[in-house]
Amino acid sequence: MWNYTNSVIDHFTNPRNVGEIADANAVGQVGSLACGDALKLYLKIDPTNEIILDAKFQTFGCASAIASASALTEMVKGKTVKEALAVTNDDIARFLGGLPEQKMHCSVMGKEALEAAIANYRGEKAVAHVEEDSSVICKCFWVTEKKIRQVIEENHLTTVEQVTNYTKAGGGCGGCLPDIKRILDEMVLARVTGSGKPASEGAAPKKLTNIQRMQLITKVIETEIAPHLQADGGGIELIDIDGVTVTVRLQGACSHCVSSTATLQFMVQETLRRKVSPDIVVIQHQE
Amino acid sequence: MSVPARNVYLDNNATTSVAPEVLEAMLPFFKDLYGNASSMHLFGGQVARHLDIARSQVAALLNAQPEEIVFTSCGTESDNHAIRGVCEALPDKRHIITTKVEHPAVLNVCRYLAKKGYRVTELGVDKQGNLNLDELKAAITPDTAIVTVMAANNETGTLFPIDEIARICAEKGVTFHTDAVQAAGKIALDMQKMPVSLLSISGHKLHAPKGIGVLYIRRGTRISPFMLGGHQERNRRAGTENAPYIVGLGKACEVAMNAMFEENNRLRKQRDRLEKGLFDAIPYAHINGNPQWRLPNTTNIGFEFIEGEAILLHLSAAGIAASSGSACTSGSLEPSHVLMAMQVPFTYAHGSVRFSLSRYTTDEEIDHTLATLPAIVAKLRAMSPFYADKLREIKAGETAAHS
Repeated sequence: MWNYTNSVIDHFTNPRNVGEIADANAVGQVGSLACGDALKLYLKIDPTNEIILDAKFQTFGCASAIASASALTEMVKGKTVKEALAVTNDDIARFLGGLPEQKMHCSVMGKEALEAAIANYRGEKAVAHVEEDSSVICKCFWVTEKKIRQVIEENHLTTVEQVTNYTKAGGGCGGCLPDIKRILDEMVLARVTGSGKPASEGAAPKKLTNIQRMQLITKVIETEIAPHLQADGGGIELIDIDGVTVTVRLQGACSHCVSSTATLQFMVQETLRRKVSPDIVVIQHQE
Repeated sequence: MSVPARNVYLDNNATTSVAPEVLEAMLPFFKDLYGNASSMHLFGGQVARHLDIARSQVAALLNAQPEEIVFTSCGTESDNHAIRGVCEALPDKRHIITTKVEHPAVLNVCRYLAKKGYRVTELGVDKQGNLNLDELKAAITPDTAIVTVMAANNETGTLFPIDEIARICAEKGVTFHTDAVQAAGKIALDMQKMPVSLLSISGHKLHAPKGIGVLYIRRGTRISPFMLGGHQERNRRAGTENAPYIVGLGKACEVAMNAMFEENNRLRKQRDRLEKGLFDAIPYAHINGNPQWRLPNTTNIGFEFIEGEAILLHLSAAGIAASSGSACTSGSLEPSHVLMAMQVPFTYAHGSVRFSLSRYTTDEEIDHTLATLPAIVAKLRAMSPFYADKLREIKAGETAAHS
């Protein structure tokens, strides 16, 4: 049985603001029967000051989906549209005293419905489940790359499992897990090296002595690369440094997976190129 | 959640309570009768004698020989032993046939062996969960090491015709294993009439405790041992015999055999009353599984427009224990593999609830469930956007019909 907080049980048992608003001027619906949960949010917004006068919902879903929707309506009532948009999925979860990690996608659904309703209010084209400018990564639950990137960014996610818990992506056939891993690695890399641009702070000096280069490589691996890999259940061991050639032993979350270590190798090399020297070559230690 | 005013346990396919006479039979083996059955002294001899009795009690339930009964630690061990033991004994054969709706204790063993290079055929089922026996026949090749098909499905109760499957396999000379964990003690399993090679039983599904199982091995079946060590269980399963639990399981089999006929009739009546009452009170509900050929104690009902975990938590708050094939209850994100294999529509796959009764289920428990569930379904539907859509659709249809 899930370990739900008393607040989740309370909002599940006695959900607030259930129903429709007949004269709603903002309606947003996300999810589907196939996905296993869905949320339809109705808002009545005062056009003169953009204050949300009333909020109601209908939902199809588990206890935490119902509780998240109930919490969301309580949170946004009385707020301006701008204030409401600042509510994150994490705020919804915290309002309920926390959600089990595997249920975080329920709070994300709340946030999505809110965005959809406000887009509807502003007369933007009804936000379809799939934005046209973003490719679908998870075809089981129809999750776009844009959504995955947004949730990773907002919740500082570091593992593929977390991405699945927050967005459901990868929770069906699992075929897209390598794609999620690629997106995650790319974003974590950008986070480590500073927005994907060559880092100005701590950037590689023009000319390094052999000793300096070796020390810097060791430091970057120990303080920046290893913690990221460990968060993912993997690891890295520095075997040798010969000029600009760095030999490492890599261990992915599943160590026998060839594509996973290839991705890791690329990520390590990119990080070292940005932090130490653009001509660094990373190779994997052959046993 | 507040403590429920009453307890209604309708989740007996998950596990059962230990029968009082079973517990009573076990207790002496935790006190005075603590000997090792293999020992050459009075302490061992006393225990060994009781193990023989238990073995005969289990054999009687299956109409088998006592030497064909091997005690294991659980149903999962029995399944592992059967499938991996046969594959090891027949190293030249590299093909396994199973179904998409097996318990993970079978399915994950087959999938593990697929990774090790075995070719695994997973037979599909129709919308009621039935197998196509022609498909099964056609799948058997000279390379087939084992066919493993469950006797009764744990989620829907749907029965497979294991007597026919056993005959097909026997004719083709292929080893046939059946996971009878849900069937044993509930329906007749006669090894004299069914040429089954291997059959798994789990104690805690028939009012014995958790931690005891049986693998029936028909004499002459080629199978390697799974647990290596001492010479226990005629060298087929090493490890000191779990005497209290074996004695308990023997007693449970004896009670089940004596009670089965009468119990089945009573359970079927209770189950059917529950089903009818729910269908009368709740529209848009469907039976998952074969309504005719299924375990008398099981019903799996899909409620449209709502989600299973929410139903279960409301039921639990009212003191009623059931289970669901919904994605949220399993901790995965997809509904049960059984319902998916049956192509149960998403409209009610997520809202499916399994009620499984037992010897100890009372009419009052059925009454309480009938009095409780309709309001829960109504409450959840009242907040479902899909039910609102459905109501609008109906209204539009009526308006159109009147104009």
